[in-house]
Amino acid sequence: MKKLAFLKRKEPLNDTQLLMTITIVIFFVMYLSAVLLLGGGFLHPQQIFDMLNDNASLIIVSCGLTIVMIGGGIDISVGAVTSLVVMSCVLYLNKGGNIFVSLLLALGIGLAFGLVHGFLVSYLEIQPFIVTLAGLFFARGMTTILSVNPQKVQHTAFNNLRAKKIEISWLGYRAKNGTLVPARIELGVVAALFCVILVWILLKYIRLGRNFYAIGGNQQSALMLGINVKRTRFMSYVLSGLLSGLAGYVFMMHTGAGNATNAAGMEMNAIASSIIGGTLLTGGVGNVIGTFFGTLSLTTIKKIVVSSGLNDPWWQSITTGGMLCFFILLQSVVLGRRQKKAKT
Amino acid sequence: MKKNGKKAFLSGFGQLTIPLIAIALLVVFNLIRDPGFFSIGISHNNNGNPVLSGNIIGIINGASELAVLAMGMTLVTAACGGQDISVGAAAAIAGSVFVKVLKSGSAINAGTVILAFVMACIVAMLFGTFNGTLVAVFKIQPMIATLILYTCGRSIAYWINGGATPTVSSPILSGIGSFIPGVPIPTPVLIVVAMAILFKLLFHFTALGLFTQSVGINGSAARLNGINATFIKLLSFIILGVCVAVSGCIGVSRLGLINHETLLIDIEMDTILAVAIGGNSLGGGKFKLSGSIIGAYVIQMLTITLYAMKVPSTDVKAYKAIVIVLLVVIGSPVIKERFGRWISRLAERRRKVSAKGAEE
Repeated sequence: MKKLAFLKRKEPLNDTQLLMTITIVIFFVMYLSAVLLLGGGFLHPQQIFDMLNDNASLIIVSCGLTIVMIGGGIDISVGAVTSLVVMSCVLYLNKGGNIFVSLLLALGIGLAFGLVHGFLVSYLEIQPFIVTLAGLFFARGMTTILSVNPQKVQHTAFNNLRAKKIEISWLGYRAKNGTLVPARIELGVVAALFCVILVWILLKYIRLGRNFYAIGGNQQSALMLGINVKRTRFMSYVLSGLLSGLAGYVFMMHTGAGNATNAAGMEMNAIASSIIGGTLLTGGVGNVIGTFFGTLSLTTIKKIVVSSGLNDPWWQSITTGGMLCFFILLQSVVLGRRQKKAKT
Repeated sequence: MKKNGKKAFLSGFGQLTIPLIAIALLVVFNLIRDPGFFSIGISHNNNGNPVLSGNIIGIINGASELAVLAMGMTLVTAACGGQDISVGAAAAIAGSVFVKVLKSGSAINAGTVILAFVMACIVAMLFGTFNGTLVAVFKIQPMIATLILYTCGRSIAYWINGGATPTVSSPILSGIGSFIPGVPIPTPVLIVVAMAILFKLLFHFTALGLFTQSVGINGSAARLNGINATFIKLLSFIILGVCVAVSGCIGVSRLGLINHETLLIDIEMDTILAVAIGGNSLGGGKFKLSGSIIGAYVIQMLTITLYAMKVPSTDVKAYKAIVIVLLVVIGSPVIKERFGRWISRLAERRRKVSAKGAEE
């Protein structure tokens, strides 16, 4: 009896928790079915680590985007800012710069974009889509002005740092010739996980984070409650800019080169991850843990498509679109039902 | 008297003030930079027909696809309070269907071109219905709903083309893409004019414009007044589908080939920008089609001006962004209010001074 009482929650899940739960459950179902149907590679822990290694910067960017979307805005400049950060850091390092200063440069560029976006959106009341679209154009244009040709980092200290990986030997597997290959995690993943946890704490326990939900849910009520709506919205863009700066640095750690087409389409991937994770574009609903699993789901489906032998490039984007459609419809139906229930 | 006149002048243009100022600034800038920039001449094309040539013709011609899409996008924006970001991908699909139908027949004549265009229209309208259903029936934010087609649209076009970039060549297609023999005006411009007239007639003979506005301003109030809000939203997406098909077909005819990767690439962003520069609220409600069309020409004029200043095509975006930010800052409500207050204070002071002068 006691056990049943434990299972039965006192209060029902709210929208945020419900959508997040759906995402996490679907992610695990998808991964398990991939293990069962395709087996092989999906059994190795390295598969998960690879997914994290490849997508560390996407996870960081999505965290920032989730904050903005919870606050009821949108930031489509994140991918372009990431690309600009990569290019400028690579050029700076190749001129013989300092690693620490390059990190500051990355954060500075991100912060600058965040400050300008935040100021234009919240204090001048311009539509966020247009402002961040201009930011996208500016960052992409600046990237090509800096260099049209791909640039590789030729900085010994940075390359040493880049080669550093956390190795966990007990999660490794035996290669065919018998040597033990330890599981490898890049430093960027640590940064990404750190970001996810920090943003989760911010959104859950810190006043600023709760204010994001308030202004996204209902701006007028937030204003009545005495929340400084303009400053809160400003902060959401600043945080997003800062995180995309960091994401650029992580991206550079992963690829080790700058290219004008870096992170192309990353903004849409980030938006897709946030949506799959249960963040609504209307604001007020969302969770960064859901976003994290959203990114993983997006990657998993791509991996599944590749490992099932559908190598044509168009299969990946069609399945991604299909999955997006599925999640969006599911969320709409679930939320619609709840609203109907709440009314009756 | 004078003050009244000024007020009437400003309010007469209303939301068109910003795009018109932008055009005027660009024209003045170009005239200072190169007095011959806007000269229009008559040259002869490869077939020996006299055609108009010059930068201004290039600008008006080049913005055709954008202008057609901007008209449809304005309706969607007004009705749904959101934007369709899949227009580029959908245009690639429509163009692929257009080429596919043209290539399936043995010969290309007027009949097959019309058939191909109708097929492209139907396919684009189907995709519009898909987006529209998600938005209107399932109440999903337009940007999110169209993200699906944005993600997979170009892949569908790839699949229709079979992974190749098929080419078509026919005098009829080059007639659509560049010039009809004997007519000196580029055909895409004529198509834009025709589309604008069609929209004008549509708004004149039906209450679509009014209904769209009321749905955009307050959907539930419109529903209570007997307007089928769901249908209006769906219809706006279907109309956008027709615009997508038209611009896709223009794009294909211009080049004579369909490349699913590059056909009208990134046009969705420019289209939304055109709507915004035209003074339309991206949150829905009141709209002005003419504003969006002028917005499209502003964007194209800016691009061509930058090209004429020898800015590399990859770097154009950065300068474009600066101009866009300037435009939207001038048009932002806060700045407008501040500026208005400043002007009225100035007028107040002048009246006081003149009143003092009269007393003395």
